[in-house]
Amino acid sequence: MTRDLNVAVDTVGVADATPDEKQPWAELGLKEDEYQRIREVLGRRPTQSELAMYSIMWSEHCSYKSSKVHLRQFGEKNPRTPRLLAGIGENAGVVAIDDHIAVTFKVESHNHPSYVEPKQGAATGVGGIIRDIIAMGARPIAVMDSLRFGAIDHPDTARVLPGVVDGIGHYGNCVGLPNIGGETYFDPCYQGNPLVNALSVGVMPRSRLQSMQASGTGNIVILLGAKTGRDGIGGVSVLASATFSESGEGDARPSVQVGDPFTEKLLIEVCLELFDAGLVVGVQDLGGAGLTCALSETAAAGDGGMHVDLELVPLRAEGMEPQDILASESQERMLLIVDPAKAEEVLARSRRWGLLATAIGTVTGTGRLVVDFHGQTVVDVPPKSLADEGPVYNRPFTEPNDLGLIAVDRAETLPRPATDEEIRQTVLDMAASPNLCDKSWITEQYDSSVFGNTVLGAPHDAGVIRLDERTGVGIAISLDGNGRFARLDPYHGAQLALAEAYRNVAVTGATPIAVSDCLNFGSPEDPHVMWQFERAVTGIADGCQKLGIPVTGGNVSFYNQTGREAIHPTPVIGVLGVIDDVARRIPLGLGRTGDTIALIGTTLEELSGSEWAQVKHGHLGGVPPKVDLDHEMKLAELLGRLAGTEQLAAAHDLSEGGLAQALVEAICHSGLGAQILLPEGADPFTYLFSESSGRVLVVIPRGQELAVRTACEQRGLPITPLGVTDANTDGLHLRDHFDLTRGDLEAAWKGRIGSRLGE
Amino acid sequence: MTARIGIVTFPGSLDDRDAARAVHLAGAEPVALWHDDAQIHGVDGVWLPGGFSYGDALRCGAIARFSQVMDTVKAAAGQGMPVIGVCNGFQMLCESHLLPGALVRNAHLRYRNRPARLRVETDRTAWTRLYEPGNEVVFPAKHGEGRYVADEAVLDRLEGEGRVVFRYLDNPNGSMRDIAGVTNEAGNVVGLMPHPEHAVEALTGPSTDGLGIVASVLAHLSEGVRR
Repeated sequence: MTRDLNVAVDTVGVADATPDEKQPWAELGLKEDEYQRIREVLGRRPTQSELAMYSIMWSEHCSYKSSKVHLRQFGEKNPRTPRLLAGIGENAGVVAIDDHIAVTFKVESHNHPSYVEPKQGAATGVGGIIRDIIAMGARPIAVMDSLRFGAIDHPDTARVLPGVVDGIGHYGNCVGLPNIGGETYFDPCYQGNPLVNALSVGVMPRSRLQSMQASGTGNIVILLGAKTGRDGIGGVSVLASATFSESGEGDARPSVQVGDPFTEKLLIEVCLELFDAGLVVGVQDLGGAGLTCALSETAAAGDGGMHVDLELVPLRAEGMEPQDILASESQERMLLIVDPAKAEEVLARSRRWGLLATAIGTVTGTGRLVVDFHGQTVVDVPPKSLADEGPVYNRPFTEPNDLGLIAVDRAETLPRPATDEEIRQTVLDMAASPNLCDKSWITEQYDSSVFGNTVLGAPHDAGVIRLDERTGVGIAISLDGNGRFARLDPYHGAQLALAEAYRNVAVTGATPIAVSDCLNFGSPEDPHVMWQFERAVTGIADGCQKLGIPVTGGNVSFYNQTGREAIHPTPVIGVLGVIDDVARRIPLGLGRTGDTIALIGTTLEELSGSEWAQVKHGHLGGVPPKVDLDHEMKLAELLGRLAGTEQLAAAHDLSEGGLAQALVEAICHSGLGAQILLPEGADPFTYLFSESSGRVLVVIPRGQELAVRTACEQRGLPITPLGVTDANTDGLHLRDHFDLTRGDLEAAWKGRIGSRLGE
Repeated sequence: MTARIGIVTFPGSLDDRDAARAVHLAGAEPVALWHDDAQIHGVDGVWLPGGFSYGDALRCGAIARFSQVMDTVKAAAGQGMPVIGVCNGFQMLCESHLLPGALVRNAHLRYRNRPARLRVETDRTAWTRLYEPGNEVVFPAKHGEGRYVADEAVLDRLEGEGRVVFRYLDNPNGSMRDIAGVTNEAGNVVGLMPHPEHAVEALTGPSTDGLGIVASVLAHLSEGVRR
């Protein structure tokens, strides 16, 4: 399409002269009072470009207008820690690892695009989160993903899942980042609203921390990376900030961007080279909301003024109007603020890597963001009005009416397997179920070893990455959510997810130090959803305060619903831990033959919200397992201590599927068998399938049993010996009850995803 | 003086740092080379690392063939300099006709990452001389385009001349005759899909079998000096 030269550009002058021109604010997702506020801010009607910018920056996705009042809790309740170098409001949180090294990490959603176009939607989700990490000054070193799909046998899951996995794999593999784990769950509530949450983590010398400020009048604004095209226009204001209609989603298709990981790889190398050479004053990535967001945020954070000549932006499509250029969500672009004396070197270093870099403007002291297009002013606004002063809503929230009924519909009252043979079959059926079965069909499509620093990857409870080959210092990260628990009780459900991620990090021997969260919910315009959101945020904020680890950032994804059907509230929690020497990490498995298997923690009769209730009864009701954060802290401290003294051969968190599933996974992951004797008086079914929180299966090397038991007792942590690992036992021998051979277990657990997707 | 192994960074190279670590751990000195620089700075051997050079434009390894550095590498290889290509590097060697055959989309059409058990078929190359034929090694294999293909005559000739260097014990990609790596007639140029540089530390790899690759070339080079 070429530009119609007869169509005049809507300039500030034109806007002044035509105050009554009818404008498509509603089509762009703005409410009437929001439009009126824009007119008040500007003292005139906005130009087309300005209207596009406000509609984007004031969208739910960019402004957090519905969530802001609740997210404040994180700031208010966050424990103070000298480790926190940058927190909420930055591109990603930054925490100090030691005196020299800092780590930045963040989890973000790309849910709506991944439903519309699974491969590119997921790929650009990964690309976007990687650029957030670069923008802090760090080298991205790993990615993880938390995925939720509809029923595995639904035909649309066969469209969405392979595309999402292909997109995550293709992007991460090409850009050269190991995927160190994550989670995949299936539930019909995600059928029309799959969740694709991607996490990236990066490392940097503390001195390289970057700022997004456009400071220093006269400094040059440089656009780095890919050309700007028509892709993704309206992505955040329309796609991510509205509910899918029940009639179909076809009209949203052009709003999904297309990713190019090769250019992203060059962006990483060029940016790091420029940071190291001290050539950059400020930096901001271009993601959702493109130039609009990057220009207004850097200007608002800096001296407050910026002048941009928009026709200088390299374009990949002809005839783009200024509002299109400002709104484009073309991927793989960064905005740099550079001293004029260093601009030529920045351009030269970019050229050496074959990456496009173009000076498009300057920092000014005017307090205005002014954008010209071929000499005509199309934008003249106070940048803070876009970036910081968007609308804030205190939306009504009320407890859903059905919660009382759900609470009394307890899974503990459901019929259970009665005989040993029925329990044995339940172990197999559970291991073969979509949420518990082996996920290697997915994880084998991801590179896990590039960089040569992956110490633990999938299927471990947490990924572990070495940061420094000399000292062995490293990090562990886990990403966890449980929408079923959160549906029953969003406050405690969110805390259960937090506790699980925290425990998963501790199980590797690392000490948890920071949190990033991705909050996936239905429409904030529904008071019941808003109630779930308020409860979940409060649960996380209270939990982090208790655990003494700060929320460093994250992302909110609303409107995950089709028509009136919202997804389960699904807070996904990423916990980051530090481990002094990765050589002392605790792996999954069974250690050596003759080692002792024991369970730390207490098993109660807690089946509501469990996988067993889901798989065997399609049931969701009752109240979720209790959370005891004091206990989690003691447990984490114990595990860190035992890792340091090398007194554990293996450990595994108990979560979905309970003890039975933990044993299946440990056996399948090791070459050994397990002889298990349940404690006297324990009900075998409850002991095997309860999902009580705060439990860890540990494998204790011979000769260390007493020391480990004493360490547990000193901390008031219950420990129960369960049996021994044994090279001569084929699979699982549950004394007095049943045997399951390795062949039985592997036949049930392995190869399920591909076969159920029809491969 | 220790041997200097040049590792080329192309735009899109991913395993260049990892190759440097492997070279370093095995006792040699890694030297960074740049795709757009025809100089190879007096190195004793060259490692073409894995990745997605030039974004896999056209075909994997197809554009790298025309880079400045590859002209020099080709000439040096012709003079007997040891050259190894891993993954994308193997694809470059085939595209550059330093090795026969081609690497195409995996038969199952997906990228797959698994530790690959390989049998070393020959010690008569610069990069495998410290292994014994029949040795089993484990290197991670992770690629989408790693299926080795060549016409029957070429395959027969490779087999006949002992130029199949590594064979898969569990073929992960449909490679003809389970071939994972091959060498040229002189035995100084070796290409393989699985990654020896990701099998150099027990902490991070499925084995430490990859150290033998660099150790072999060091033995080869020091013998050359003695002669």
